[in-house]
Amino acid sequence: MTDFTKPRQPAGPSRRAVLAGGAALTASLFTPKGLRAQDFPTAAVNTTGLAVTDDTVTVGILHSVTGTMAISETGSVQAEKLAIEQINAQGGVLGRKIQFIQEDGASDWPTFAEKARKLLVNDKVASVMGCWTSASRKAVLPVFEQYNGMLYYPTQYEGLEQSPNVIYTGQEATQQIIAGLDWVSRDKGAETFYLIGSDYIWPRTSHKIARKHIENFLGKKVVGEEYYPLGHTQFNSVINKIKLKKPDVIYAIIVGGSNVAFFKQLKAAGIEMTEEKPIVLSISTSEDEILGVGGENANGMFFSAKYFQTLDNPINQKFVSDFKAMWGPESVVGEVTHNAYIGPWLWKLAVEKAGSFDIDKVRAASPGLELDTPAGMVRIHENHHLWSTTRVGRARDDGQFDVVFETADLVEPDPFPDGYQ
Amino acid sequence: MLIDRKSRFLTREEMIGFAILAVVIFLVLPLALDTFRLNLFGKYLTYAFVAVGLVLCWGAGGILSLGQGVFFGLGGYGMAMFLKLEASTPEATAIQSTPGIPDFMDWNQLTALPWWWEPFHSLAFTMIAVVIVPVAVAFIIGVAMFRRRVGGVYFAIITQALAAILTILIIGQQGFTGGLNGITDLRTLKGWDIRSDEAKEILYFVNGALLFACLFVAQYVRRSKLGRLLIAMRDQEDRVRFSGYDVASFKVFVFCLGAAFAGIGGAMFTLQVGFMSPTLVGIVPSIEMVIFAAVGGRLSIIGAVYGTLLVNWAKTTFSESFPELWLFGLGALFIAVVMAFPNGLAGLWSEQIMPRLRKRTGGGNGAPASPAPVAGLSEVRKAAAE
Repeated sequence: MTDFTKPRQPAGPSRRAVLAGGAALTASLFTPKGLRAQDFPTAAVNTTGLAVTDDTVTVGILHSVTGTMAISETGSVQAEKLAIEQINAQGGVLGRKIQFIQEDGASDWPTFAEKARKLLVNDKVASVMGCWTSASRKAVLPVFEQYNGMLYYPTQYEGLEQSPNVIYTGQEATQQIIAGLDWVSRDKGAETFYLIGSDYIWPRTSHKIARKHIENFLGKKVVGEEYYPLGHTQFNSVINKIKLKKPDVIYAIIVGGSNVAFFKQLKAAGIEMTEEKPIVLSISTSEDEILGVGGENANGMFFSAKYFQTLDNPINQKFVSDFKAMWGPESVVGEVTHNAYIGPWLWKLAVEKAGSFDIDKVRAASPGLELDTPAGMVRIHENHHLWSTTRVGRARDDGQFDVVFETADLVEPDPFPDGYQ
Repeated sequence: MLIDRKSRFLTREEMIGFAILAVVIFLVLPLALDTFRLNLFGKYLTYAFVAVGLVLCWGAGGILSLGQGVFFGLGGYGMAMFLKLEASTPEATAIQSTPGIPDFMDWNQLTALPWWWEPFHSLAFTMIAVVIVPVAVAFIIGVAMFRRRVGGVYFAIITQALAAILTILIIGQQGFTGGLNGITDLRTLKGWDIRSDEAKEILYFVNGALLFACLFVAQYVRRSKLGRLLIAMRDQEDRVRFSGYDVASFKVFVFCLGAAFAGIGGAMFTLQVGFMSPTLVGIVPSIEMVIFAAVGGRLSIIGAVYGTLLVNWAKTTFSESFPELWLFGLGALFIAVVMAFPNGLAGLWSEQIMPRLRKRTGGGNGAPASPAPVAGLSEVRKAAAE
């Protein structure tokens, strides 16, 4: 099996020094494969009545598998099941096999809250992998805080949040945005930006950060900012405005099905993304979305994120081939799917470092944990987000990306950024 | 004989029906369920407010509204605004750029509380607004539609459009409304933690009591002359109009009453679930609420409560057992109910079970077999013709 759980050797003293804060975890703390459950008596590793027996531990999976979000969240469910299977094949967590209880959030926020409560109160799960939209996370957050559960949340999101009961395995907005903007401004010489997004909190907050960064830190210009409802399919008017203003960069945070209309209409209007300008830079259009848009329509756009399916490292190659073996050769792996995959692994690491399933001990053990993931090394920050690498990829016509840029160091998560409020 | 029976508030069978429902809600469920499940049933019962209103509007009055989610949402948002303001003390929100305003306003760069949020600092105002705002909206729509004699399917479409409009408005104005996320993280009501198990149990009983109050009001309306006029209007609107009645006013009244029930249900939803979001306002929940009423039997107010409980319980149970297939199960249930029992659970009761029970207990005790609680059409016509 893949051995992500093997902490990676430090990249070198200089880099480790740079990244210092809380990075003191070393190989000695890692408990190798083959932990035996009898060495960890249930009474000792589970003092709060979680669903832990002498040979199993139960976790929850809480995503939408029906409703409008099912198309996005299915990949996360698949990745989490893959991770759980791999962990079990290695011997489980503290010698206990992971069992999961899956619940359907049904793309409906009250349902998410209901199911979260069910998982924590009725099923006493030891952790929950789940949620996708910010709205569903906001709905379950009070539940997790009230009943002291632990949620591994996979989506890149707007930040402005830091809960003791959530580990955010996706990037918060500044991590994903700033490196990409710096790159496009420096390497591509971009001067003018047109911001366009779906109308809800993530695109709005992200554009707020992007605008501040463009205007105050880069000294460049934002020439337009527009929002459209989720599911909107008529982008012709904004495309006309774009053609009029001729921005160097179209900065797009369009979510879900709207992407299909946007990219097709962009192409129909004669904006060729394969040419030098304008550059279309997105933080929301991963491999998963391109599957719907069609590779030929997205060809040439840029995507700024942590993970790409084409990343050339052994861990990622193993992950992608295992994923395809489990879920079919046609499946693609996007940013969120990858983030969902590392959730169970991070939880396993924390539990084994803590030597306990107790939520409070898992929480205390989490900051500083390092994991070699398909997207490179990540480390859990004190603020429960991940230090991670940000990359920019350029879409090919087969729906995959060529990585054209990658930050040299891990980017620090900063959910409450100064100067961007 | 017929008139005499009509003038009584409850027939013997209805009395039994109410008593059984009271036993179920106030005794059986609280004793049989843990707090988590009881809270779930409390949530289902908030939808029953809407379903009871729909029985009056649709079953009795023939006004099919596919936008009851609007009124549910207005009530729920009213309560959520009060709770959110209470949760957004300057101390609790010290991390924000502008402490003291709800968190989502701060995320959307608002620096002051909008004026129309101010009155929601007051619990008394909120409790009035929870009822009055939905009623006012229903009144405006009702007057605009019914005075112009818009009815039937056109009215249904307009109410559906209204549900869509309100959803889009809430999502679009996220600085003022919380947008797609809704208003979340509600904690206390006048310092009383609504998230504790004890609070959830108390709220369940408050909810049950309010539901019974609404049921009695609905029963009173149905028993009154107004109720009979509604049925007459449903079946022969022109005849009622030519008899000199102001048809539109009666329709507006019953529509407003349904809105008031829905508003109360919405407020109780917010209190028990702990947040409010636009997913409860839109077209889908509005239609679901019509389904609850249909499954229960659109002519029976008690049936509506059972219908709501059954559908939601099935939804929860199916989705827990078959997370990827539960929608099919639910769909099959709806089709089965509509095909086999067009009058819903109440029809099943009055057409299948009651006659058999009566036969078994021996009808020979001389008591006249009184008509079923769900009035058959012919009987309704007779009443209308009186």
